[in-house]
Amino acid sequence: MDATLFLNQLFNGFSVASLYLLASLGLALSFGLMRVINMAHGEMLMLGGYLAWMTLLVVPGAAGIILAIPVAFVGAAAMGGLIQSTLIRRLSARPLDTLLATWGVSLILQQGARDLFGAVGVEVRAPDWLSGSIALAGVTIPSARIFIIAVAVLVLGSLALLLLRSRIGLLVRAVNQDRMMAAATGIDVKRVDFTIFCLGAGIAGLAGVMLALLGPVTPNVGQSYIIPAFLVVVMGGLGSIVGTTAAAAILGLFSALAQIFVDVSVAQMLLLVFVVLFIQVRPQGVIAVRTRALDV
Amino acid sequence: MIGRIRASRLLVLASMCSALSLGACSSGGGAGDAPDGNTVSVGVLQSLTGTMAISEITVKNAEMLAIEEINAAGGVLGKTINAVVEDGASDPSTFAQKASKLIENDGVSTVFGGWTSASRKAMLPVFERTKNLLWYPVQFEGNECSPNIMYSGAQPNQQALPALKWAVEQGYKSYFLVGSDYVYPRTANLILKKHIEKGGMTVAGEAYVPLGGTDFSGVIAKIQQAKPAIIINTLNGDSNVAFFKQMQAAGLSPKTLPVMSFSIGEQEAQAMGAGLVEGSYAAWNYFQSLTGEANAKFIAAYKAKFGKDAAITDPMVHGYLDVWAWKAAVEKAKSFEPEAVRKAAATLGSFDTPMGKVSFAANQSLVQKAYIGKLKADGQFEIIADSGSDIAPEPYDALAFPGKSCKI
Repeated sequence: MDATLFLNQLFNGFSVASLYLLASLGLALSFGLMRVINMAHGEMLMLGGYLAWMTLLVVPGAAGIILAIPVAFVGAAAMGGLIQSTLIRRLSARPLDTLLATWGVSLILQQGARDLFGAVGVEVRAPDWLSGSIALAGVTIPSARIFIIAVAVLVLGSLALLLLRSRIGLLVRAVNQDRMMAAATGIDVKRVDFTIFCLGAGIAGLAGVMLALLGPVTPNVGQSYIIPAFLVVVMGGLGSIVGTTAAAAILGLFSALAQIFVDVSVAQMLLLVFVVLFIQVRPQGVIAVRTRALDV
Repeated sequence: MIGRIRASRLLVLASMCSALSLGACSSGGGAGDAPDGNTVSVGVLQSLTGTMAISEITVKNAEMLAIEEINAAGGVLGKTINAVVEDGASDPSTFAQKASKLIENDGVSTVFGGWTSASRKAMLPVFERTKNLLWYPVQFEGNECSPNIMYSGAQPNQQALPALKWAVEQGYKSYFLVGSDYVYPRTANLILKKHIEKGGMTVAGEAYVPLGGTDFSGVIAKIQQAKPAIIINTLNGDSNVAFFKQMQAAGLSPKTLPVMSFSIGEQEAQAMGAGLVEGSYAAWNYFQSLTGEANAKFIAAYKAKFGKDAAITDPMVHGYLDVWAWKAAVEKAKSFEPEAVRKAAATLGSFDTPMGKVSFAANQSLVQKAYIGKLKADGQFEIIADSGSDIAPEPYDALAFPGKSCKI
């Protein structure tokens, strides 16, 4: 194996990991707090992508992509809020029903996007400073991917700050530790649920903007990331942010390094095998459940 | 603890659910009137919904245009054609169901349709069982030979191999093959590899991405590693956008590293934004930029009906000429009987189409020319080479499938 290819794939691994992380943080949050599996999470990515595209139609150029980030965040968060308040809140005691209902929402959103924007993907053109590349030790690194890694790190940092240092973070941790006791002390548990769900959906929307920098935005763009996102959450140790981050890094690197030897489709299969074996050996995930430091 | 582990099982279940893509269950377009003495029913079966809809709706349009033109000119054997349109929904098993519905419930004489090789393979047993006839309009991988299908799209020796021949003439010696992971790219690349090796050149690498996949970081790293002279691209659909975009970001545009694509036509180029793929090459049997009166007439008629910005592609023209060839064959056979029609079609001799004069060979594939085009900024192709003479179709490549032949 050649060193350049290895370095290249090592970088690609972190790049894929940052996408996995952005796609799965929202799932980890809502699952950690509410034990709700949101099958429509992938469509929040799609929504973020389309919002980025629409923002760039209104504000073309470099400013557009920066503006697209808050627009996609707010837009996806609003959609998440709508789904949570109209559907998930009413079904939250019945996990299987939530699963099916959100799957239905996922199909509706996909078909809605198909009718609205067409079956063929739309393209978000990255500004010049994002479409170039940097050569480092013989490895060409696309700037868009560096940008995505930076955004992922930033999101992760802000999320940690929010959960550990802010009042809402305190409430979230309280609800997570003991929902009934938190409610008894006067915390509005439903509002905390709602906020966290919106936040999770918003992060997914942001991930959608990042995906749009790499490929077309299509009605089913979310579908290709929802399965890795689920895998990351399962492997990370349900609901733990540190675990989610570690799992995203492990899975991203695994799939990128596997691609040195095999095709992309075989690498995806190996990834599934790897996760199945991993949760056989360690069903509690990367981070053991008892760790409460960042356990959300 | 127990709760969490149970929850983890639930999540795994959730992943499995989303892995199972739900087969779309859309109801088909309205069935036509029952055929009476003055009409003859034919089926038009393309994906009107789902991921392939973007490509197949335009083929349906072209087929309907031909049917309308024929009806306006007095129909076939004095009968008006009644087109029964069905939706294959981008799903092979739906294609098979709808084909059997068209033949057994609507009593159609023949069916025009299909796009992906998976849809064709799914319909094949239906047509063989009912002894009906399918007119298939898309280039494909060959390695199939059924009396119940008229293969009008290019066989490998009418698209892939002429493209390779052109590349060899340009002096390219090392090839990188990129494709979507399904039957067409795998088979086409198998054939290409045999020919590249036989020509004493090298296959610098080969990479497949799942159909619809959008992450090409690994593939591009391998391309940078292998440093090929040219890439042969058999990706399908939206993957192409992601591929060209990420290539560009890695500093490899079609201008610095040539790419020859087999699935990018005028419409795909238009949808992708021609700027992204400008300068890349494509091989087809038809380009909208072909000259000739029949082509100009067809383009004008299509644009008049479906909008002046409509792009015309190779499979659309094949769909269009299939309907006209069926009409000619019916008139020659003086019968709508599929068996008689297919025999008549294979002995029709050459007929005029938007892509020039073509004819069906005894193996029920089309004898046609191949063209190489270079994509311009306006989304049209500049034709830079052609095969010269017509190419006789060979379903079984002699190097990849030795000893097999197609006798119908």
